[in-house]
Amino acid sequence: MNNTFTHTAGALLLALASGAAWSTTAATVPNAQLIRQGEYLARAGDCIACHTAGTQGKPFAGGLGMETPIGKVYSTNITPDKKAGIGDWSFADFDKLMRTGVTKHGYTVYPAMPYPSYSRLSEADMQALYAYFMHGVKADPTPNKAADIPWPLSMRFPLTIWRWAFAPTPQPYKTPATGDAQLLRGAYLVQGLGHCGACHTARGVGMQEKSLTDEGNTTFLAGGGVIDGWSVPSLRNEHGGGLARWSAAEIAEFLKTGRNSHTASFGAMNDVVAHSMQHMTDGDLAAMAKYLKSLPPSNPATPAFVADDKLGKQLFSGIVNSKGAQLYLDRCAGCHRSDGKGYDKAFPALAGNAVLQTNDPTSAINIVLSGGAVPATRTAPSALTMAPYADIFNDEQTAQVVTFIQTSWGNRGTPVTAAQVAKVRKVSVPVQASQTEATFAAGRHGTFPSVARQPHLKDAPAK
Amino acid sequence: MSDIKADVKMKPVDAVIVGFGWTGAIMAKEMTEAGLNVVALERGEYRDTYPDGAYPKTLDELTYIQRSKLFQDMSKSTFTFRHSITGVAVPYRQIGAFKPGTGVGGAGLHWSGMHWRVLPEELQIRSHYERRYGKKFIPEGMTIQDFGVTYAELEPHFDFVEKVFGTSGQAYKVNGIVVGDGNVFEGDRSDNYALAPQKVPYTAELFRRAAKAVGYHPFVNASSNASGPYTNPYGCQMGPCNFCGFCSGYACYNYSKASPNVNIMPALRMVANFELRANCNVVRINLDGSKKRATGVTYINADGKAVEQPADLVIASAFAYNNAHLFLLSGIGKPYDPVSNEGVVGRNIAYQMMSTIQTFFKEDTNTNPFIGAGGTGVALDDWNGDNFDHGPLGFVGGSPAWCNPAGSKPISGIATPDGTPAWGSAWKKAVKKSYLNTVSFDCHGANMTYRDCYVDLDPTYTDKYGQQLLRFTFDWKENDIKMSRFVTDKMMKVAEAMNPESIKVSVKSVGDHLDLRNYQTTHWAGGTAMGADRKTSVVNRYLQSWDVHNVFAVGSSVFPVGIGYNPTGLACALTYWSAKAIREQYLKDPRPLVA
Repeated sequence: MNNTFTHTAGALLLALASGAAWSTTAATVPNAQLIRQGEYLARAGDCIACHTAGTQGKPFAGGLGMETPIGKVYSTNITPDKKAGIGDWSFADFDKLMRTGVTKHGYTVYPAMPYPSYSRLSEADMQALYAYFMHGVKADPTPNKAADIPWPLSMRFPLTIWRWAFAPTPQPYKTPATGDAQLLRGAYLVQGLGHCGACHTARGVGMQEKSLTDEGNTTFLAGGGVIDGWSVPSLRNEHGGGLARWSAAEIAEFLKTGRNSHTASFGAMNDVVAHSMQHMTDGDLAAMAKYLKSLPPSNPATPAFVADDKLGKQLFSGIVNSKGAQLYLDRCAGCHRSDGKGYDKAFPALAGNAVLQTNDPTSAINIVLSGGAVPATRTAPSALTMAPYADIFNDEQTAQVVTFIQTSWGNRGTPVTAAQVAKVRKVSVPVQASQTEATFAAGRHGTFPSVARQPHLKDAPAK
Repeated sequence: MSDIKADVKMKPVDAVIVGFGWTGAIMAKEMTEAGLNVVALERGEYRDTYPDGAYPKTLDELTYIQRSKLFQDMSKSTFTFRHSITGVAVPYRQIGAFKPGTGVGGAGLHWSGMHWRVLPEELQIRSHYERRYGKKFIPEGMTIQDFGVTYAELEPHFDFVEKVFGTSGQAYKVNGIVVGDGNVFEGDRSDNYALAPQKVPYTAELFRRAAKAVGYHPFVNASSNASGPYTNPYGCQMGPCNFCGFCSGYACYNYSKASPNVNIMPALRMVANFELRANCNVVRINLDGSKKRATGVTYINADGKAVEQPADLVIASAFAYNNAHLFLLSGIGKPYDPVSNEGVVGRNIAYQMMSTIQTFFKEDTNTNPFIGAGGTGVALDDWNGDNFDHGPLGFVGGSPAWCNPAGSKPISGIATPDGTPAWGSAWKKAVKKSYLNTVSFDCHGANMTYRDCYVDLDPTYTDKYGQQLLRFTFDWKENDIKMSRFVTDKMMKVAEAMNPESIKVSVKSVGDHLDLRNYQTTHWAGGTAMGADRKTSVVNRYLQSWDVHNVFAVGSSVFPVGIGYNPTGLACALTYWSAKAIREQYLKDPRPLVA
């Protein structure tokens, strides 16, 4: 008897020491439903976008480089590989990292990982995510890349200090007993896995998001400055660059397809649409849209866009009153029209476009210089592309044409200088073809099951 | 026969598609919807709207028209030509009369966009003419035959093609009821076009008024250059055409010209069971020992390696004549011999008749020829098909006529009136005057098929893989020249009614030979003709090979006669028709579908 007991105790200790969680021993693989739920939530969180090294990288194997103020960091391998990934992490380890940013090994991750947002997840959703990463993702042995940060900046303890000072106390979202269920679902997704605030909320002196919820502030999602040459707009229900002119349905449509009758997606949002939002259920997208529409303005004094068709009529009849107008007519009006209204969901409207209503023309300049493409999604697969104008317009011409679109047809944006253009030109990258030979290769990612077209063919009439 | 041996064997797939233009892309979409694993092989390079058609780089006549950037490189593979059986065929070394496409999207990437169906009676051309004009009317040696399928059977597919292409047009009759100012001669339709017709430039409007004044029935012709923003049944999007005038021969930067790249490929990208391999030149369809079943294809890949791709189903969707070439190299079907009049592969080769009338006006008419698009225009069918009494005329066939302002191409030459010197200050003066003051229109004629117009394998010349080139034995025949001269004469009335200062006519004379130097359209048809009788056709009415039941040929190669219209609409409708038969009949029980 004594021997058996010792052996059992030894086995127990061994199990504990190896970190195996009691709740999910290897003997019990979680059910397929939980794994699928976790896969859906991983889509909502867009984990793949950072934890995969571009279009050629293995999913979730890490390696994507991200610039920080102190140097380049690389995302980690979060596949269930036991040596290179997180295969030996317990649920408690995973949960701690997601809510507090503290790894199994005790150090804090760089806040490129939006754990302040992910801390809001419910216990059930965290379990589902864990199940997916342990059992639904293919293990990959690619080891993590060390950050390109020189010592002493590479020391981790300042991150711990940052976390004490700026990270919120982890608290999962508490659903109030009463309330609009759809609105609450939308808030949960936007504040949590959506981590929209990581870009769309301004940051404070410690680079922390100024607010993580909409309670008691109007800074949440009110716009986030400039990232990688793109100005990050407000998602609040406000004018002057926010979503006041969009209906909830149009917001949902934009998230799902990257396009609606107001605008076309560009910049970093393309990946969010293609890898994350297009996979959400229509119900969840509607909930997120409803929540965004519920956010009151941070700028109540800012007037609404009022359409002015006088200029469009002038241009149409060949009356051209400025150099910018002439450039626009010659180079832009073919798609965007003399009245700036574009063509529904093919070529976006410029008149009334939220991008052109602010005093930050960075995105407008960048699009003119680099071109742009809408993301290809399952329900909207055309990656319509506008070619770059960097080699057609010099800085002065770019400033003229961007000033023109910022200030025409009723648009309330500010004029633009050649110096501003020169600054953006330094960081602009010409748009790359999005539908390429590689996007038809065997074994490519991002595909969906084939769906047979509903038979439309009537039987031919008897002759 | 081709004897290239493969070095590498790929994993088998359900269906392999040879050639990735319009018909290949349609088959890929249909077969993937049916749940098959599909591999498409395209000999040319990958091409797409962006960057191959990027603004403003694509607006370059020198590169794309004079230097034929998007077309086949004739140094790698070409065809040989002779006018008659007694001649010696020589290679077509420079692009002239016809412009062979290549690359992903094929010529579908850079076609014009003229979009037609077919005149219903053209599908039954032989039985129709015999019924109306007697059994002796069609001369001996004119090998025209019925297609084996009716317009009513194809109608839903014509409609679907237009919905996929975003075709802009105005129907005349829908379900028997007149709905608008369309073509009074067209077959009945189940629905209107996908989009409203394109606007009519001034040149075509002048033509329309004159045609109406002389009692003809002009209409705005259907165009697959979108008249507005559009989303097709596959979710693929188009933008509205802005009449830039850089159309045929160019990839459209605006997503306005329907192409496989714009209208089908984005949907195929999204499904895991579709794979496209570019730079893979199929050299042979492989057959098993019985020679009644294909086992797949062999192709040369980008690295020059011979690769075998096993498959249960082979779709031959190479351009027109290339399907016949592939069948000949693969030993599918009996090669046609014009002397014995036996065999089928290579017979019924047709081209396209053409005449042009140019009208020159006084200064300040301002016809603005730089405004245009490939599919834009006004047409009339009064002299097409059998829309007029052929009895006293002694020829078969007809020509649609149209004013198709597609945008001027200054390097290609600006029309000048008869008598203008070919160079010098007088020429320059005439060019200056003519450029803004000319209207040009065409009679685009049918071309019958003949016993001595066919293709076979050349005995002398080979391509870069050592395979025999395809040899054309072809010339114009009196029937079609007479038809063309008749219609041109009728259309002169329109030219006169336009009241120009002068008229210049370019029409063939009886005895004229095919001249490969001058552009004549790329509307070759036939070679793997469809039909009800296996003695005179290569494929049955479902486009299935009579000899090898898991091989289907699609495209204008299956036409047994050259129709009056541009062939794309009919070629694509037949492809959907064939795909339906494969999905509903063949896949459940692979077998010959026609006894």
